[in-house]
Amino acid sequence: MDQMFFAAEVLLNGLMTGVMYALVALGFVLIFKASGVFNYAQGVLALFAALTLVGIQQGQVPFAHMINAMFGTHIEHFGWTVPSVLAILLTGAVMVLLAFLIEKLVLQHLIGQAPIILFMATIGLAYFLEGLGDVMWGADIKNLDVGLPQGISETIETATAEWFGYGFFIDRLDIWATLIAALLVAALVGFAQYTKQGRAMRAVADDHQAALSVGISLRFIWVMVWSIAGFVALVAGVMWGTKSGVQFSLSLIALKALPVLMLGGFTSIPGAIVGGLVIGVGEKLFEFFVGPMIGGATENWFAYVLALLFLVFRPQGLFGERIIERV
Amino acid sequence: MLYREAGDFKTSYRDDGQTFPIRLDRWAYYAALAVAFLIVPFIINDYWANAVFVPFLIYAIAALGLNILTGYAGQVSLGTGGFMAVGAYAVYKLMTSFPEINIVIHILLAGGITAIVGMLFGLPSLRIKGFYLAVATLAAQFFLVWLFNKVPWFYNYSASGQINAPERTILGFAVTGPATSAPAKYLICLVFAFALAWVARNLTRGMSGRKWMAIRDMDIAAEIIGVNPLTAKLSAFAVSSFFVGIAGALLFSVYLGAAEVGEAFGINKSFLVLFMIIIGGLGSIFGSFAGAAFMVLLPVLLKNLLVGGLGWPTDLAAHIELMIVGALIVFFLIAEPHGLARLWALTKEKLRLWPFPH
Repeated sequence: MDQMFFAAEVLLNGLMTGVMYALVALGFVLIFKASGVFNYAQGVLALFAALTLVGIQQGQVPFAHMINAMFGTHIEHFGWTVPSVLAILLTGAVMVLLAFLIEKLVLQHLIGQAPIILFMATIGLAYFLEGLGDVMWGADIKNLDVGLPQGISETIETATAEWFGYGFFIDRLDIWATLIAALLVAALVGFAQYTKQGRAMRAVADDHQAALSVGISLRFIWVMVWSIAGFVALVAGVMWGTKSGVQFSLSLIALKALPVLMLGGFTSIPGAIVGGLVIGVGEKLFEFFVGPMIGGATENWFAYVLALLFLVFRPQGLFGERIIERV
Repeated sequence: MLYREAGDFKTSYRDDGQTFPIRLDRWAYYAALAVAFLIVPFIINDYWANAVFVPFLIYAIAALGLNILTGYAGQVSLGTGGFMAVGAYAVYKLMTSFPEINIVIHILLAGGITAIVGMLFGLPSLRIKGFYLAVATLAAQFFLVWLFNKVPWFYNYSASGQINAPERTILGFAVTGPATSAPAKYLICLVFAFALAWVARNLTRGMSGRKWMAIRDMDIAAEIIGVNPLTAKLSAFAVSSFFVGIAGALLFSVYLGAAEVGEAFGINKSFLVLFMIIIGGLGSIFGSFAGAAFMVLLPVLLKNLLVGGLGWPTDLAAHIELMIVGALIVFFLIAEPHGLARLWALTKEKLRLWPFPH
């Protein structure tokens, strides 16, 4: 009986992890839909956002390490701390600026190139941003605290202990993450469906040429989409950063969003969420039941292998548009 | 005035189809070979071998392999690091299980084993295309690294989980193990790189290469004109993995000597080799070498410049290197999507006409 409850607890925690994956995957889908760019840098965007947030919050001097090396000075901090809300707003502004620069310096010059070239360009971008984040804010592991509650939720533990005789262990941060993710998705869907810009975004996603011909500015939409993706990355970065510290592995966790996307389909927002949940639950349960038999740490590859096997049978993913090829 | 076809009369189809149709090119090629085989081994020292020449040659082999798969056959792979690990662990198991057999045979066998593994992971390419395939090859990367980490048989149950190359000799000279001299390391890698480049060149201009390129340019159209996608794609995966496996085997046994799979063959290796072929030029043998040289030399130069020249700390230099590599990739994709090989070809075009503009 305990074993079953334990499995159920693993399942719940898997769902929560899945929400985190879905958050990163959302950013991918948004950009892919609107510009056809498969944005490998999404994970690094999350890392960069989290680094910037911590940096601003703690009043770090950007490029301190480099300035010190160049001029032999010893500056580290401005000597103030910025309130979380203001820091988040400032980081948001930085992400918008970044979106603008990416459009201006990279995407604009690559219009009409093959999708694979664009994909590789985003890999280059990922490397650049990773280096930039480290040079700007330092590469040490940082603690991110924006006042989100953390630690085990005692209410749930005592309540479930009363009902089933088994206290479920659930992190409060996970619950908050789920709530915030749900809000974010609702806001994004609302934005895409009911606002003028949202409609323009969907038009661009549908057909670049047709959207241009009715007077939609492609450049504006792209900057907007990358800004939104940056914002989603910020949210994901805050969540992951609060959970496990702001460090390089953040961008690797974001790689997990790729199999999530493959499961859900590259073009579907619900797909990203369902895919995230399936992967999150799947890898936790697999690790729980099969992991001990084959040496554990299966979370590293389970998602990819699952996605690979799945794709062999359904190449467009769960909710993706059917791939029609013409010669 | 020298760089001309004029006066170089071809009297057979064989002459006409040769790799270097211009006499000066041929001479340059022979001269480069002569320098590489006859001069460099006598003047090379440990620093140059370990920092520049050996990694350059090994990565050139890996880049050749990936270029066959991605540049010629159009199947993007992010699993190069995993396949290199297969080569490394295969050669390790062979070296320790059959110590009396020559290391060259082991390295070739390791390539063969990697080819089989590569074909296995290449099977989904028949159903999956483009990005989906690129992400699917990540499965190979992560699964293989995990496998070599978790199954003790692969690392002979050593306590540290590391693999260490025992000393093996060719003609009495040690080529693996700590006692290896710089020229020996260099020569074995050079021989492999030279032979494999020759194989790659001849494969890609023959029937199989044309089939790969047909599949790359449009797979459905290729199928209609009679290219079997099953054999074409799987042969590309097999040949590519063979090259990558040999590179992995050399990287472990000759260059590193000891390796820990997650560190030596992680996802970063996959990207590194991918960058080499992007910067060097997709679908070009010369480009594989140029890209490998560029990506090996860049960190050395930057390190010498930033750490040695300006006295900056090494970690800062490493981060700036990341930025520069990233920026260069974006720059190359924008300015010259066909890479250094294309720049080289353009230079040769200009040289052919020089000193006239048209």
